[in-house]
Amino acid sequence: MLGKLDLSAIPLDEPIPLVAALVVFLAAVGVLGWVTIRGWWPYLWREWITSVDHKRIGVMYIVLAALMLLRGFVDAIMMRTHQAATLFGPGYLPPDHYDQIFSAHGTIMIFFASMPFIIGLMNFVVPLQLGVRDMAFPTLNSVGFWLTASGALLVNLSLVIGEFARTGWLPYAPLSELDYSPGVGVDYYLWAIQISGVGTLFTGVNLVTTILKMRAPGLGYLRMPIFCWTSLASAMLIVAAFPILTATLAMLTLDRYLGFHFFTNAGGGNPMMFVNLIWAWGHPEVYILVLPAFGVFSEIFSTFSSKPLFGYRSMVAATLFICVVSFTVWLHHFFTMGAGANVNAAFGIATSIIAVGTGVKIYNWIFTMYGGRIRFDTPMLWALGFITTFTVGGMTGVLLAVPAADFVLHNSLFLVAHFHNVIISGVLFGSFAGYTFWFPKAFGFRLHEGWGKAAFWLTLAGFILVFAPLYLVGLEGMTRRLQRVPVEGWGPPLLVALLGVAVMMAGAACQIIQLVVSIRRRESLRDETGDPWDGRSLEWSTSSPPPAFNFARLPHVENEEPYWSVKQRSIEGQPLEAPDSYEPIEMPKRSATGFLTAFFATAIGFALIWHIWWLAILGFIGAYATFVVFAWRDEAEVEIPAEEVARIDRERLRVREAWYRRREEAA
Amino acid sequence: MLRTLPLVAGGLLLAGCGGGVLDPQGPVGDGNRQILLNSLAVMLVIVVPTIIGALVFAWWFRASNSKARYRPGFTYSGRIELIVWSIPTLTILFLGGLIYYGSHALDPRRPLGPADKTLEIEAVALDWKWLFIYPAQRIATVNELTIPAGTPVRFRLTSASVMNVFFVPQLGSMIYAMNGMESELNLQADRPGELYGQGAHYSGSGFPGMNFTVHVVPAEAFSGWAAAVADGPGVLDAKSYRALALQSKDVPPSAYGEVQDGLFDAIVRQEIPPAPGPSGGRGGAPDVHPEARAESLSGSAAESAADVPGANLCTAPAGTIRTTALGAKRGG
Repeated sequence: MLGKLDLSAIPLDEPIPLVAALVVFLAAVGVLGWVTIRGWWPYLWREWITSVDHKRIGVMYIVLAALMLLRGFVDAIMMRTHQAATLFGPGYLPPDHYDQIFSAHGTIMIFFASMPFIIGLMNFVVPLQLGVRDMAFPTLNSVGFWLTASGALLVNLSLVIGEFARTGWLPYAPLSELDYSPGVGVDYYLWAIQISGVGTLFTGVNLVTTILKMRAPGLGYLRMPIFCWTSLASAMLIVAAFPILTATLAMLTLDRYLGFHFFTNAGGGNPMMFVNLIWAWGHPEVYILVLPAFGVFSEIFSTFSSKPLFGYRSMVAATLFICVVSFTVWLHHFFTMGAGANVNAAFGIATSIIAVGTGVKIYNWIFTMYGGRIRFDTPMLWALGFITTFTVGGMTGVLLAVPAADFVLHNSLFLVAHFHNVIISGVLFGSFAGYTFWFPKAFGFRLHEGWGKAAFWLTLAGFILVFAPLYLVGLEGMTRRLQRVPVEGWGPPLLVALLGVAVMMAGAACQIIQLVVSIRRRESLRDETGDPWDGRSLEWSTSSPPPAFNFARLPHVENEEPYWSVKQRSIEGQPLEAPDSYEPIEMPKRSATGFLTAFFATAIGFALIWHIWWLAILGFIGAYATFVVFAWRDEAEVEIPAEEVARIDRERLRVREAWYRRREEAA
Repeated sequence: MLRTLPLVAGGLLLAGCGGGVLDPQGPVGDGNRQILLNSLAVMLVIVVPTIIGALVFAWWFRASNSKARYRPGFTYSGRIELIVWSIPTLTILFLGGLIYYGSHALDPRRPLGPADKTLEIEAVALDWKWLFIYPAQRIATVNELTIPAGTPVRFRLTSASVMNVFFVPQLGSMIYAMNGMESELNLQADRPGELYGQGAHYSGSGFPGMNFTVHVVPAEAFSGWAAAVADGPGVLDAKSYRALALQSKDVPPSAYGEVQDGLFDAIVRQEIPPAPGPSGGRGGAPDVHPEARAESLSGSAAESAADVPGANLCTAPAGTIRTTALGAKRGG
């Protein structure tokens, strides 16, 4: 009836996951209960769960990412404290548990924290910057989000029901094959990543279509904001690379479920092929994450320097250059597998060539600041923290691309420090910068600056304190994924890293406090103009938060910085905007398709993990029925009448006018 | 906590001076270190001014600095773009040379001396210990490696089950050990001493115990050591190997006084089947794929062949081929 699932799946003998699960469970029940008591379900269902509005979906992506970021951070805290504790005793995590934690940490941070954060930002910002009303495929967008959430749910379910993979975040064969990982851990990994991977692919297709086909009149390719360019590059990489991931994991799934032997030791399988394929996806994945973050920083450097981006075309070229070259470097992840000198040299050189694109970007950001009037608001601080620390991370990356150096640094904590250095200062700082930058646009009020700055300085200091020692101990020869520390001399750096974790925790606390304080003081932090940072691109021309239709009338774009030039003209005496008539707007209709698809996908995933075949079949039937119902619906859009559009837009102009008048009186 | 801080800071300063890859004890490690430091120096020349430049520009052009000239129109300069593309390109050209030179000069397959002066050691990554076979001496050790100083050593590596990496940080380059494949690594230790060696690729729950001490002994003492081991007990043949290959953790060092010829080749060519994994995980009830488990536990047909002393074990690995440019040699 329940396949392999029975009571022994619950880790009653391991107090740590059990207590953690209990806390999470109680918190979830508390939140759900609170929502029920307040009677918020109808609102949540109508306005969020079934919403196909790109802004709502973007916000939900970021909420998911923030929750998973916390989960992944807890894993990181456990690893650092445990490893430090083993210097003085046995530590508190047995190998089986520790191995699950580092696997879960990597999986969650990449797939369920970084990816949703970046995709959430793209979802929210790209249509606004393009001056359009939604994504190309709004319902598909909702499906993509809910499938990602489904994957995240499965990964977290493994905490209490069964186990998670003990293979590292990329389940290298043959360790991940049935012979060496007979438990359900790898199956949880496979189905969670497959389900969310399909969602990510949908989002990629959606973004590519949106950016290529749906731009405001006059917005040619070379007038697009750089964030749209980097999003386009990232989305193209998703479309090209994620099928590789899906195929690779499908092959491993066939090995595990149906006795195939793609990657097994025996039967003619080749485990190295898994390594090749997974990195053929894995390296582009790095750029899928970091390119949009580069876009965020480009917007921020330009906005807070009160200058257009320096060398815009050069930046576009560098972005596309990185996008293409990122597919030619995957072998640098295994120089030490015994490839010949020529192969290693070719991939080493290809890898370092990518750094040219990144180097160009860094210089252009520096020249954007040159001759600017720089304001040091929180987003700009993140950007400056990025440009200084990321340069170091990029340098150590190129160092690892030198095969002769990689021969002694591969798999060491030097490597761990390197990729955290680029992912944290690139992707995470970029996410935080984008979050602070666009938060007022999403919710109509700014985030508290003081707490934001405290969060920045603590996170930066903690980050350096954690990873500088890890670089050093990597040079000492310490390898990664050690459940205990076999060499005494590695102790002191690990203790410094532990101190750094504490500082980073304080940083994370500041972020949470910042959000709470900002919500409580939202009236004084209100953004009435829709343009809190003196912005330059179209998203700042509409109100904060934007109406469901984004723009009452689609803007006409005449140059690279449409909103900035509109503002310049209005300073020269022309009115900001003078709409005389409004037209009704067709908006996509809300749909439960995404939520239902993900519901059934979760059931299918769970059923396949535990071999509950009847549930899997039911899930497939349900998912297919959802698709059929969606495909046969008659009405895809709802009309917002012209009077409603006029009312909303006139209110926006009135509030803004009032703000300008108040400001002039004050001056 | 405060009292440990000076200690910690001292430890950080000391880091890099003892035991690591910056303190090599042989020619390969010397080469790795040289390439590493040279590449680092090449890049620091660019990176340090860049970081300083970023911070200086940001500070000088702060909004409150009335001395800084606001130039909102300064958004493109062909000359600057040329420089901006040239600096990283030139750096990479220079570095490209280092990459090419280094990966050839330090190719792990490159012999360090004439074949007749080279000691051959066959290393097998087991769950979770290292087996070192000395084919010429017909002895073997577990979780302990003894090599003569000043003598080139050629390692042939494979794995009994999952992937691992053989790594002695102070000797230099590491290389993967993979089942059904053979990889090669040439190393040399210059001076007698004790070095730390480890598995450098996570391989399962016993992984942290996969480290070993490398005893570098004076060249003239090596044969004495080998003879002493050969006098000792223990016979490593296909049968005892299979017992050894079962999963076990934190295995203390031990030795075999006699080793069956051709054992390593038999492992590479999978005439001895891959070693079994664990008996079950959470949710992995024993009824999962019973046929697969039974097969790997009993060893099936290959076992009987390997059990017969001398039967096809001593034949040269004629079937050994190089599969791809990307990979290690693969047993035929």
